[in-house]
Amino acid sequence: MSALLEVNGLRKAFGGHVAVDGLTFVLWPGEIVGLLGPNGSGKTTAINMISGSLLPDKGSIRIHGQEICGKKPHRIAAMGIARTFQLVRVASGMTAVDNVVAALAFVGPRLTGSAAEVRAVALLSQLGLGERLHTIAGDLTYIDQKRLELARALALDPQVLLLDEWLAGLNPAELLEGIALIQSLRTSGIAVLMVEHVMDAVRALCDRCVVMAAGKLIADGHTDAVLSRPDVRRAYLGEDDEEKVDA
Amino acid sequence: MKRNELAGGIFVTLLFAVILATPFAGGSSYHLSIGISLLQYAVMATAWALFSGPTRYVSLATGSFFGIGAYTVAVLGDFLPWPAVLCVALLIGLALALLVGLATLRLSGVYFVIFSFGLSEMIRQLVSWYEVNITKTSARYIFLDITQQQIYWQLAALLALVLAVGWWIGRSRLGTALRLIGEDEVVAAHVGIDTTRVKLALFAISSAFMSVTGAIMAPRWTYIDPSIAFNANISFQVLIMALFGGASRLFGPIAGVIPLVLMIEYLSTNFPNHFSILIGAIFMIIVYFIPDGILGTISARRPRASQPPLAAKAPRTGAAS
Repeated sequence: MSALLEVNGLRKAFGGHVAVDGLTFVLWPGEIVGLLGPNGSGKTTAINMISGSLLPDKGSIRIHGQEICGKKPHRIAAMGIARTFQLVRVASGMTAVDNVVAALAFVGPRLTGSAAEVRAVALLSQLGLGERLHTIAGDLTYIDQKRLELARALALDPQVLLLDEWLAGLNPAELLEGIALIQSLRTSGIAVLMVEHVMDAVRALCDRCVVMAAGKLIADGHTDAVLSRPDVRRAYLGEDDEEKVDA
Repeated sequence: MKRNELAGGIFVTLLFAVILATPFAGGSSYHLSIGISLLQYAVMATAWALFSGPTRYVSLATGSFFGIGAYTVAVLGDFLPWPAVLCVALLIGLALALLVGLATLRLSGVYFVIFSFGLSEMIRQLVSWYEVNITKTSARYIFLDITQQQIYWQLAALLALVLAVGWWIGRSRLGTALRLIGEDEVVAAHVGIDTTRVKLALFAISSAFMSVTGAIMAPRWTYIDPSIAFNANISFQVLIMALFGGASRLFGPIAGVIPLVLMIEYLSTNFPNHFSILIGAIFMIIVYFIPDGILGTISARRPRASQPPLAAKAPRTGAAS
């Protein structure tokens, strides 16, 4: 089996600040990988480069061996990479179903008209929005907007799904629902790369974790093993805090 | 949806019944001239809204494309048959829009507004410079055998065409793309929409209609110079008419054109010295009190049939991190 997504030596600097420095990892089909690290460690910058929002200074990103570095976001979406946003982004003036219909029209099977509507309804129902199909997206609750964002990403029929703190800001009950939703994607063969701070969710979902600190990769391995490493804990909690935790 | 389509159908039937009847109703040439103004602005405001309505890129370049069309007639009117002149005006409008669009549609918000306004001024200056220094003329005369009635019918046909194009776009994938770009351009790009190409295509289509309008209107003037052809007022008037009617709906701009053209006509005849002050005040009132336009305000007062009652909404939980 060959890797689905290969990220190699990725680098991005903003002026003198190197946000991502030599990031390398792979993603296999059907796995859920956590992209972890403290605030400012370069996780979202990495997601932005993979999805085409930002142009890397150096390095390569391949999907199925095909280079996507330097391609525009719409080309990358067409090549099978879908994403959600750290701050939820929905077309707030359109209905939930129209949000998804719009995402079905341009990549993958390029559905329009009633075929698109049927598919959009199916996706929204699958994500628990069956009752809110015709609600204006801006009127949806926070979790429902997140569901809608996920439905829109899934509408692209992606092979790689990038979730940028998709579980952040959910209450405990919603969190359980959210975890179950992401878990359900596993059967579809989609590889998920999720930036996440909710450690319960990371433990419940991620087969593997890639950890960044100050732009650099500091760990890549099985979730439990990675999370118990002292350098990872130090990066997350800081030296003093770690001593306190250990004490 | 069905009710909107029915209302649209009735509106367009009535509109064209009035348009078709006007020249035969035995009205004076004054009435025909008002009819021409109404049609001219109806075409341009509808064309303006094709691009600016869904994308929310406010363009003040209308006057420059209108002027390009008018000047094409001034330069080529004597040499080419009339349909060919119109085609050339259309092609020049398209080409200029593609060129300008490629350079500017990466700009967003207020930068695009400023650039589009600057474009009119730049083209006016360039044409003035060319005429004075190269062709050694400061103005041109247009002596074409085209009657007011013919201008009226050409504009009526152009209005039918721009409405048909708008109707088609609204139902096509292009329309879907435009709406999503207007909502959130970043999201649009990430669902596979080539946002630059879509904006460029619509800007070009919209601008071509403005150029052809300018060309059709040109024979009304016998004398034309850059300040007449590239009149910035046209850009502002078209914008305000489209906004007044409602730029997010196909027939919205026409709903704004009818009262405003009649009002401008009335004010310019009766208060020629205070016209600018009055029209400026009216524009401010419109923007302040009717930001969604006439049609938008009417439909906002009607409950949304397709939407569940707001009481069904669950309380908002959590916040973005």
